[in-house]
Amino acid sequence: MNVVTNNKWIGQRTIRPDGMDKVTGRAQFAADTTMPGMIWGKILRSPHPHARIKSIDTSKAEKLPGVKAVVTSKDIVDFPIEKGAVMLGIQDMRWMCRNVMARDKALFPGHPIAAVAATTEAIAAEACNLIEVDYDVLPWAIEIDDALKPDAAILHEFNKFDGKPSNIVGRLEHKKGDIAEGFKQADIVIERTFTTRPVHQGYIEPHACLISVAADGKTTIWSSSQGQFMVRAMTSMLTGIRQSDIRAIPAEIGGGFGGKTIVYLEPVATLLAKKSGRPVKMVMTREEVMRATGPTSGSKSTVKIGATKDGKIVAAHGTFYLQAGAFPGSPIRGAAGCSFAPYDIPNLLSEGFDVCSNRSKVAAYRAPGAPIGAYAVECVMDEVAEALKMDPLDFRLKNAAKQGTKAAHGPVFPRIGYIETVEAAKASPHYAAPLGDGNGKLRGRGVASGFWFNAGGESSAQVNITEDGNVVVTTGHPDIGGSRAGIANICAELLGIDYRRVSVIIGDTQTVGFSNLTGGSRVLFASSMVVTQSTEKIIQTLRERAAKIWEIDPEAVKWENGAAHPVSPNAGQFEPLTLEQLAEKAPAMGGPIGAGVQLNTQGADGGFGTHVCDVEVDVDLGIARVIRYTAVQDVGRAIHPGYVEGQLQGGVAQGIGWALNEEYIYTKEGKVDNPGFLDYRMPVCSDLPMIDCIMVEIPNPKHPQGVKGVGEVPLVPVMAAVANAIYNALGKRFYALPMSPPKVLEKLDEPLREAAE
Amino acid sequence: MTELRYLAPDTLDEAIGAFAAAGSAARILAGGTDLLVQMRSGVLKPGVIVDIKKIPEMTAIEETADGGFRIGAAVSGMALAEHKTFGKVWPGVLEAINLIGSKQVQGRASAGGNLCNGSPAGDSVPAMVAAGAVVTVQGPNGRREMKVEDVPAGPGRTNLKPGEILVSFSLPPRPPGSSNAYLRMIPRTEMDIAVVGCGVSLTMNDGIVTAARVGLGAVAPTVLLVEDAAKALIGSKLDDAALARAASACSAACRPIDDKRGTIAYRTKVAGVLLKRTAAIAAKRAQGN
Repeated sequence: MNVVTNNKWIGQRTIRPDGMDKVTGRAQFAADTTMPGMIWGKILRSPHPHARIKSIDTSKAEKLPGVKAVVTSKDIVDFPIEKGAVMLGIQDMRWMCRNVMARDKALFPGHPIAAVAATTEAIAAEACNLIEVDYDVLPWAIEIDDALKPDAAILHEFNKFDGKPSNIVGRLEHKKGDIAEGFKQADIVIERTFTTRPVHQGYIEPHACLISVAADGKTTIWSSSQGQFMVRAMTSMLTGIRQSDIRAIPAEIGGGFGGKTIVYLEPVATLLAKKSGRPVKMVMTREEVMRATGPTSGSKSTVKIGATKDGKIVAAHGTFYLQAGAFPGSPIRGAAGCSFAPYDIPNLLSEGFDVCSNRSKVAAYRAPGAPIGAYAVECVMDEVAEALKMDPLDFRLKNAAKQGTKAAHGPVFPRIGYIETVEAAKASPHYAAPLGDGNGKLRGRGVASGFWFNAGGESSAQVNITEDGNVVVTTGHPDIGGSRAGIANICAELLGIDYRRVSVIIGDTQTVGFSNLTGGSRVLFASSMVVTQSTEKIIQTLRERAAKIWEIDPEAVKWENGAAHPVSPNAGQFEPLTLEQLAEKAPAMGGPIGAGVQLNTQGADGGFGTHVCDVEVDVDLGIARVIRYTAVQDVGRAIHPGYVEGQLQGGVAQGIGWALNEEYIYTKEGKVDNPGFLDYRMPVCSDLPMIDCIMVEIPNPKHPQGVKGVGEVPLVPVMAAVANAIYNALGKRFYALPMSPPKVLEKLDEPLREAAE
Repeated sequence: MTELRYLAPDTLDEAIGAFAAAGSAARILAGGTDLLVQMRSGVLKPGVIVDIKKIPEMTAIEETADGGFRIGAAVSGMALAEHKTFGKVWPGVLEAINLIGSKQVQGRASAGGNLCNGSPAGDSVPAMVAAGAVVTVQGPNGRREMKVEDVPAGPGRTNLKPGEILVSFSLPPRPPGSSNAYLRMIPRTEMDIAVVGCGVSLTMNDGIVTAARVGLGAVAPTVLLVEDAAKALIGSKLDDAALARAASACSAACRPIDDKRGTIAYRTKVAGVLLKRTAAIAAKRAQGN
């Protein structure tokens, strides 16, 4: 495949197709749907972090006037633990069935125990209170250290680690060379331990769905998710309704960031709808979102890096313990696999440990695990560079991975753009600018890099030419990062028409072919492949039809600027035939023009970023603020630069929140103490500077437009960049997140350095 | 299911009648920015809501003949911000009220609601305490006046008697050389709740403080009037030693808790830091008056 150059639409900041609906409030999110006869579902949740469920008596709830159906775990299809894993994507259905409704044990406060559907939300809530649950309350553990104690409460008794019942439910390692030998060669070795708190993705739209099960069993789901096919498959597996009978219609999504790659409500609402014969709507409150849906892991990481005097890293060792929450499956792959990937390190051991504890099951969050690993590694990189008296970017350049580097997680890197990101950061106006006077506040600058795998996978598309010669493209993944705008640019480019003539929609599960969920920064990479191939098929049809009209060979027809032309005067002298003209003639020439392609796409290249961050610290109040930020990233090819920059800026904003204020706080009773946006402090606009973006474009040669995923890399370096900047300002290092005001002030009680360097 | 009755009387007497009759099931609705949130989260389930915004006195801003102000309990932050002179005379009170919630919330939120919500972290309260504001309350037994600092009884509780409604705030006339300021510590830059709030009101003559009041929020079960801090400032030129004494007095007055918003150590230290910064702003403003 050749990379398209000299583009008219690719690389343009075209008007986003969903923009008008979203700014006018017309966009339909999951909670905006309604149906005649609709009733409301509510979930009864465990008040305990850990408890055996001895019995559930729903009889009083069922008798309450207005109650139409009650569901417990008995109604959910069981996937017995002893029968082994049943995987759907990265999710094991044994854990999913227990996560949507507790079976024998409640494993976190907020764990669903039963659900009720009633004519009003208030009646459903009252009915939940009438359900009698007999719990045998058990000891519990939330923090990693507590979960790993020899006498810790064990969540899953069947699980053994080193032959003993354990909360360590998984381990992986990436290995290269021999670290013992490697560290012997080192002149400088620095080892540090870091902790991070669980943080939520913070999507503004709570989980919501409306589900109708008709008398004949045909089921329709309207919900907000990152994959309507994932919703269909999980609902099918957990309810026993076959996939051909479930139509999952994706609503506009009000944020996901990975958190909507699993289901919570849909199987429950489906069963309530099936039992009651009424459409059932469920909308989580913010509190439910914060208590019971997946944040990402809290972590404890130890990173050791050894380098020679001339700045060459000779060995590194990372151990990353990540909280999985109630069920196995923390993102240790991202932590262990991504964190050292920017560097060519001959001797490396990177280990991940998956630790269960009594909090909600983690869900994916933007480059799952990678920001946690990078935080530890990039902070130690900063210390090693300082010990070597090297500029931290030069130190990274000296050790940068490049084409041919064997990554510890497996691949030999193809042409990658990591070095270019470091060079661009070094050459940026930001890196050259003086820090300036903080007017009594201390300023500092930090840098950090990051990597994310990116992904390909299954995608389907159907491209149809309308009767009036315009274009409708249907793809199968919810648009959470600009895929519709990107696809419109690409399709318009290929057809040589104005992008406004291309309408891109997201199909439901019964109208477009299987498409894997929106995650892994895969969507534009994968969907533009199938759209490109579909469009190429259409262009072939258009050329054939023009050739037939002109009575020449199809090979003698070229497609350019939205019309068929003879390739040269030798092929014949004909007026061009436009898309509109050929569409008009379609009925007489073999019928409608359209093509669909379905592929398991391959060839996704990983992405690298390097960030520069300036902070200013009010040393009397302990408040650190980011005052300037530049995100550099190898974006492959920026199909829609406005959206790419939006991805970079969004990731940085989330990382700044993670670094400075966001954290789950627990009460002594093991419950989340800050289940709302007042005390779970995500940044607001005024907390952030304008975030500068430098897009480095090293096209992916295995993709027709050179696309690389861009959505997840931007979160990876941020916490380390902020931490390194705070060190530079204060001369004191922080080894724990968040660096919130009380924690900063506590540290500052030690003597201060005069000013930033 | 419990029913909810909503009343919006035109007169104070009607409101008091309805409010007193409904007893503990009733709640007063001014802007509703606390009440509605508490209802939605299930914390409160009132049987009767008495909306006071239709009562003219409740939404009036009046400049009194002596140069003071009378602010209706339901006056929104935005209405006060748009008043021609209030912000010039009481910039610290206005900036405190305008910190409640967000821009959107400001269209509804009132100082009266902020006070009656009983939160020790309410932003307007330390500023009102520093300003020496007096509130008028009216109930079945008639009208009475209270000092603002006497209204809160503890988190979520006030010293208003059953059936009493907060009617207005009275702020005294200002001698020349007076001004005031309010600062709060929040982890974010806006849309947040005070970890510590500090209001300072000063009168200065030839660079010397002749009168001072200090209010501190979020460091004790109720907002505090810190008289020792005021004493440390009065008679001084706001020199470092005086400010340090006043800051120490603020820290000493703190009886905070460790909670999700801050630690005891943090709040105690920050109370002193904010006193210094707030006094500096108030002094700068005062010297221009």
